[in-house]
Amino acid sequence: MAEQIEDDHSTGARELVSFAIGEQDFCMDIMLVREIRGWTNVTMLPHAPSYILGVINLRGAVVPIVDLASRLGLTPLEPTQRHVIIIAVLGNQTVGFLVSAVSDILGISPSEIQPPPKVGADATAGFIEGVIASDDRMLRILNIAAVLPRIQMPEEA
Amino acid sequence: MSSLDDIKQMFFLECDELLEALNDGLADIEASMPTGALDPEVINAVFRTVHSIKGGAASFGLEAIVRFSHCFETVLDQMRAGKLPPDAENIRILQRCADHLADLVAAGRADQAPDTATSEPLVAQLNGLIGDEGRASAEPVQVPEPEPEPESDDDDLSFPPLAIPLGPEDLAAPAQMLYRIDVTASAELFATGHEPVHLFRELAGLGDLTVRADTAGLPDLETLVPETPYLRWRLELATDSGEEDIREVFEFVDTLATVNIEQVEPETSATIGPASASEAASAPRNPSAESENTPLPLTAAKQSGAAPPKTAAAEASAPAAKGPKSTVRVDLDLVDSLINIVGELVINQSVLTQSFSEANVANRADIGSSLDEYKSLALQIQESVMSLRAQSVKQLFQRMARIVRETSEVAGKSVQFDTEGEDTEIDKTVIERLIEPLTHILRNAIDHGLETAESRLAAGKSETGTVCLSASHRSGRVLIEVSDDGAGIDRKRVFEIAASKGLIAQDAQLSEAEIDRLLFLPGFSTKAAVSDLSGRGVGMDVVQSAIRKLGGRVAITSAPGRGTTFSISLPLTLAVLDGMVVDVAGQTMVVPITAVLETIRPTRDDVHMMGSTAQVIKVRDTLVPIVDLGLAFGYRSCGLTVTELVLLLIETEQGERWALAVDRIIDQRQVVIKSLEGNYGHVPGVAAATILGDGKIALIIDPEETAQMAERDLPAPAPLLTAIGE
Repeated sequence: MAEQIEDDHSTGARELVSFAIGEQDFCMDIMLVREIRGWTNVTMLPHAPSYILGVINLRGAVVPIVDLASRLGLTPLEPTQRHVIIIAVLGNQTVGFLVSAVSDILGISPSEIQPPPKVGADATAGFIEGVIASDDRMLRILNIAAVLPRIQMPEEA
Repeated sequence: MSSLDDIKQMFFLECDELLEALNDGLADIEASMPTGALDPEVINAVFRTVHSIKGGAASFGLEAIVRFSHCFETVLDQMRAGKLPPDAENIRILQRCADHLADLVAAGRADQAPDTATSEPLVAQLNGLIGDEGRASAEPVQVPEPEPEPESDDDDLSFPPLAIPLGPEDLAAPAQMLYRIDVTASAELFATGHEPVHLFRELAGLGDLTVRADTAGLPDLETLVPETPYLRWRLELATDSGEEDIREVFEFVDTLATVNIEQVEPETSATIGPASASEAASAPRNPSAESENTPLPLTAAKQSGAAPPKTAAAEASAPAAKGPKSTVRVDLDLVDSLINIVGELVINQSVLTQSFSEANVANRADIGSSLDEYKSLALQIQESVMSLRAQSVKQLFQRMARIVRETSEVAGKSVQFDTEGEDTEIDKTVIERLIEPLTHILRNAIDHGLETAESRLAAGKSETGTVCLSASHRSGRVLIEVSDDGAGIDRKRVFEIAASKGLIAQDAQLSEAEIDRLLFLPGFSTKAAVSDLSGRGVGMDVVQSAIRKLGGRVAITSAPGRGTTFSISLPLTLAVLDGMVVDVAGQTMVVPITAVLETIRPTRDDVHMMGSTAQVIKVRDTLVPIVDLGLAFGYRSCGLTVTELVLLLIETEQGERWALAVDRIIDQRQVVIKSLEGNYGHVPGVAAATILGDGKIALIIDPEETAQMAERDLPAPAPLLTAIGE
């Protein structure tokens, strides 16, 4: 298995972390994932968009937590102890994503990734950069940059 | 090799502290000038710092520093001896020398060639100060090493008599002195691995040493506690080194042993000549023969000892008070990671406590008390670690004082530099990043702000311009102000220049404040001629962007003929503040304590309705609008009865008062500010976040912005209030 992943690397394959939000399966690039942790209570942020659950203390850093379901236009999750937070780092920004469960780590070669099907103006569609059809399920590759909350500067507020 | 580098590195770190102490001392001397009440210990302290730098530099072969500090030291020695008055002119030279010494040290640290071109004129100036008498000793090259190394075996306390060449150079050098030193060691001295005999050996290197142990305190064998030191020592040292050198020997055991140094004038010293000096020195030189009896010179010492005890006592207590406070320099990343780890520790502690109580074993006395101890220890660690990051702005201000000195010299203007709030603590990173913008502003203030002496006199002002640098915490922000008493901004000229440079339209209608802000436009420079100091066209816009990067704001206020003030307001990001921890609809929040004027528990009679929802409270005849923070932040949808809440009375920078309603006040504590902006962005009404003892995040309220937010929601308060307030 390890060997195979190595091979995948040389052919430009991507490693993805797959996770579930409600009934749907998603995945994101493993290089973006810093850690995965259990749900902890958040501190609410006033005047925040509904998909921002609040902020948590991640070893001294203040990290906002995004309810991915709500962000993607799905039914918002009711966070419980069983839910999982994926801490992702993109550039200088660290953000936590609340998901239902993390399922797997996959090595996917580019040929397996299809462009997202055009399904009209669905809220989710803009956040998907590709899909992977495997056996009986469909994995949606998240465009993390699009999902991230935009950093607001004081001037804009 | 690398360990030598390490030691060298340590020396340079030490130099930083010494240079700071040097600047401090010079500032003290300067401050005491008008009253003339100069504490001689201040000059002593200044002398010691230069001397220590010289000593350290010598051991690393930093010739330039040694040579320069020697001249410097000689002048200070003269001043110490009262031969040189500490007047304004002399102090200025000394300050310049201190600056140059800092440069030399910096050059030495960077392994660069020292700037000897600057040394020369300064040395010449110093030599000019010394006069003929001291000049001889200011030429260090010819003076034989004053502290000869012990050549013989360390164990042998008797040394071959030193041939003391009494050339003309030595006339100003101190003659042989007899010192009586009483040493009482504490148990800690031995516990930390010190050994008095090494100290005594080192002393023996300074001159002739007699050591006697006082065994009177020794108890019987049965009652003897091995760890307790019972011995005391009385030492007699005939040396031509100064008292500082003796103190230096004891430097490392400063707090561990009581060391009393008393100078005993040998009777022969009055008629000092080559023969009598060596005679006085030879008197106590036979330790083995005299150790049983009282050494002979002691009686002499008792007689002449009547005079100096006062100074000796003063000397003994002085180093504790004036000595440089010892500090450690630590990598900032290390501190940050420490803060975070300690944060985790505290969370871990509360989790553990929780688990124990769930397991129903917390009631057991031993577990309970251990847990309590763990908790208090963890909190103590957290508190001390938190205080590591903050630093007073003192060093920054000292640095700026130098900028002012140099700038005023180049600009040919006489400037009085005042500082205020040196103890204001700001995060270290912020301090570092303030250096450049403050330098710019100060240079501008002197170069552009202050008028020339003639025009000042013509305007009826004193010839000397004043520039003031101040720092303070204000409503949760750090405020740094640079103000001058110069001519103020020439708005007409600023407008013309901006227009001619095409920065604004020729017919633009601008308010005074808007014109002032033109100074911050990139490429704006008011001086027609490019000067050495400022006016390269890169100026205030650079300041503005540097401050913005810190999340701060720069503002200018200027009054024609009376001066200009630049205010830098920095957010709390990275800084530490005293906060009031409050509960707002179940959420823990922090209000900067500086913003809170008072807390009020309102009674029904004080509170009045305005319209359907807005409320005001009567505070000593003024009506203050109430902002329910729970509502303002959307934590609850309907307001509670005000009488159930606690009101925090705050005042904004514009002097408006607001009452912030919170559910209850939980605590008051110092908190470290964590930025929200890096990972999330700005939240209206929130200045930053902090991490509480239990690892939870609490938001720090920006009272100013909260009030502004509320103001937008409320009908214009002022006129209505008076109407209702009757």
